[in-house]
Amino acid sequence: MMYIIRRFMLLITTILLVSMITFGVFQILPGDPVRTMLGTEADPTQIENLRSELGLDRPLYEQYSDWMKGLLTGELGNSIRFSMPVKDLLFDRLPVTMSLAGLTLIIVLTVSLPLGMFAARRQNKLIDVSLSTVTQIGMAVPSFWLGMMLILYVGMQFSFFKISGYIPWSQSVSGALSTLILPALTIAIPQIAVNFRYVRTAILEQIQLDYVRTIRSKGMSERNVMYKHVLKNSMIPILTVFGLIMAEVVAGTIIVEQVFSLPGIGQLLITAISNRDFPLVQGIVMYITVAVVVINFIVDILYSVLDPRIRLR
Amino acid sequence: MKQRKNWILLMLTLIVVLIISACSSDGGKDTSQGTTDGSTTDVPQAIVVRVNDDPDFLDPHKATASISYQMILNIFEGLMAPETDGSLKEGLAESYEISEDGLTYTFKIRSGVKFHNGEDVTVEDIQYSFDRLMGKNGGEKMSNNFDNVASTEAPDASTFVITLKEPNSNFLYSLTARQSAIVPKSNDGKHNENPIGTGPFAYVKYSPGTNLALTKNENYWKEGLPYLDKVTFAFQSDDQAAIMSLMANEVDLTSVPWQRVSEVEGSHTLSHQNNNSSLIVTFNETKAPFDNVKVRQAMNYAISKSDIIDSVFAGYAVPLGSNMSPAMGDYQKMGLEKMYAQDVEKAKALLAQAGYPDGFKTKITVSSHNDMYSNIAQIVVANLKEIGVDVEIEVVEWGIWLDRVYFGRDYQMTTIDLTGRASAYEILNDYISTNDGENFFLFKNDEYDQIMTDVLKETDQAKQIAYYQRAQEILAEQSAAVYIADYQIVWGSDKQVTGLKSYPFWFHDMSEVKFSN
Repeated sequence: MMYIIRRFMLLITTILLVSMITFGVFQILPGDPVRTMLGTEADPTQIENLRSELGLDRPLYEQYSDWMKGLLTGELGNSIRFSMPVKDLLFDRLPVTMSLAGLTLIIVLTVSLPLGMFAARRQNKLIDVSLSTVTQIGMAVPSFWLGMMLILYVGMQFSFFKISGYIPWSQSVSGALSTLILPALTIAIPQIAVNFRYVRTAILEQIQLDYVRTIRSKGMSERNVMYKHVLKNSMIPILTVFGLIMAEVVAGTIIVEQVFSLPGIGQLLITAISNRDFPLVQGIVMYITVAVVVINFIVDILYSVLDPRIRLR
Repeated sequence: MKQRKNWILLMLTLIVVLIISACSSDGGKDTSQGTTDGSTTDVPQAIVVRVNDDPDFLDPHKATASISYQMILNIFEGLMAPETDGSLKEGLAESYEISEDGLTYTFKIRSGVKFHNGEDVTVEDIQYSFDRLMGKNGGEKMSNNFDNVASTEAPDASTFVITLKEPNSNFLYSLTARQSAIVPKSNDGKHNENPIGTGPFAYVKYSPGTNLALTKNENYWKEGLPYLDKVTFAFQSDDQAAIMSLMANEVDLTSVPWQRVSEVEGSHTLSHQNNNSSLIVTFNETKAPFDNVKVRQAMNYAISKSDIIDSVFAGYAVPLGSNMSPAMGDYQKMGLEKMYAQDVEKAKALLAQAGYPDGFKTKITVSSHNDMYSNIAQIVVANLKEIGVDVEIEVVEWGIWLDRVYFGRDYQMTTIDLTGRASAYEILNDYISTNDGENFFLFKNDEYDQIMTDVLKETDQAKQIAYYQRAQEILAEQSAAVYIADYQIVWGSDKQVTGLKSYPFWFHDMSEVKFSN
């Protein structure tokens, strides 16, 4: 219980700090939301009207404290660019980003775990060396390039895949998959490469330990050795990396949504920043902060599940 | 081993399922939409048009960005309506009369026109719309276009009269949906959330960052129009991604990047639109060295329009000589584009006369929101190097460009395309020295200011044209900017799409578009 309270306090402090930093950065950044929105064709009357309508003519501390007050009551305010509540914009897009992140994690897990184990058992054989080389390349590939290549050589070749836009799950499951698989692969491939290497190393470390020799000499089947003992014991370092990967995936969605024109949080963030839409940026930053803190929290809990010797304090 | 087989089996099943669903997918467009109309059998009359960005506002009185009007002019109409050649015709007004002193405009309102919510258009709605724009409903003034209006009144149920303080030959241009859309009074306070107009298409839903959906206005006053049942404006900022969507049949109409025109040449219909914009390389004309007209002229001689047209626009552009595109017809003064043929020696001589025999150092600040600007800047750098001027390129975000260059005037050189308007006056008024909002070059010329004042008092069109042509000459002589080109927009569309119209400003007019076999 104490642990959960402490975690929660940490979350609040993080949010406070992050929001202050974002707000500060926004004051330093040149650019004006109203002008950016109205462009070169605005007449001065329109600019001034809009500015006072949005309350942007008030002192900075007032704008920030109002925003903070809103946050405490669960209100994120109104977006400047889209003149609608930030909350609506976020909730509209959350399913897209969540689905993308979820699908990516599934792909990363189902590919990197078996592959890492496979390679570890064939240490220094040709297949292991070539897998390591390939993953080295996989780690180095920038995701926007990978996305473009997937669009060109997969999306354009197979009519199943949609190269832009999003179809909700509720409308059609295959439709949703057709829009999400390529972007998920784009984020997943470099992460598979990273995770593969960690899995391989973690398992190799375990395999060399004495207890493995003992259970082998007991006559336990190789599969049982791997799954029941080695894998379980390697899970702690793998989980640590996996927590980092989840954060990477959340960040990865930002670029990939842009490449595939997916209407998710990441795309919204880019629009919000380039339009200096402060309330919207704050809202999204809050979402990302909460997501990352929650992921860390879950990882911490999983530690104690995997290894009961670890206590949450 | 058994477990591994199960694993493989599972993967195989997944792959088979994917392949099956791939074969059964129908290319993404719902085929359920089809009219029973004889002329348009079984071709779904639903179009997806790709647009670069979200609208700023859906409220036609609040919106300012041309990209917004590109879409929402399908929803709204004004007393007057634009024509494809830049002239005007009657819109919601059936006819109009202008009094001899040029002060009183009397409009006869078309009867039987309905808003999308089913209500009839009344003179009260028209009164309301103008009051709203002029800030007479208690709200703030929403436009400066009507500062010259002395009064508006509706003497009877089908007549609307606008009286001006001073004659203004350009006034009718303020009466299209672009400047003064007619909106229903009953919708007060909800014009942005739920826009209602009288246009060929009615608003359905706006999903920020995704699309704007419109549906057919069944009661449209133009008999038999529109043909389409559904119009979707899909927002996609990336040009390269957009052209792939076109090829994958996910959008039916998009602009095609100039360098990639050949890729869609056979498979899609291409149409070229003179954008009516003026792409310029310009300077802050109050700061040395660009306050010296000789230096500006040297820039004009040094920068090669054809280099820019060939390499940035792959030839899809018309060279300009002043701030007016050939798309404006008679209003454009022809031949000015030849005034400064590239001539390095002349440019050097002019620089020497201006007191810079060894050239100078300067900086060109360009926006990053379109690659076009930095591509142009690179050519400018190469061209100016030849006359000894050393230019540094500074690429900034659009928001910063607006802040620093356009509004702040804190720059030396920049390049931008000035968006076209339907009226020659609104195109040229950027250079009036008292136009603080738009004259970001800080250009000042007394003769120019005088001409632009006089032209508003002139009612004879031939004389107006003479004024506008002289104004263009002044801009060229004074080298207010280096006028590069009006680049064409190359539209790629599905081969079945017909009826696209192009205007001298940004407007995707969908009213006569249809899919045919």
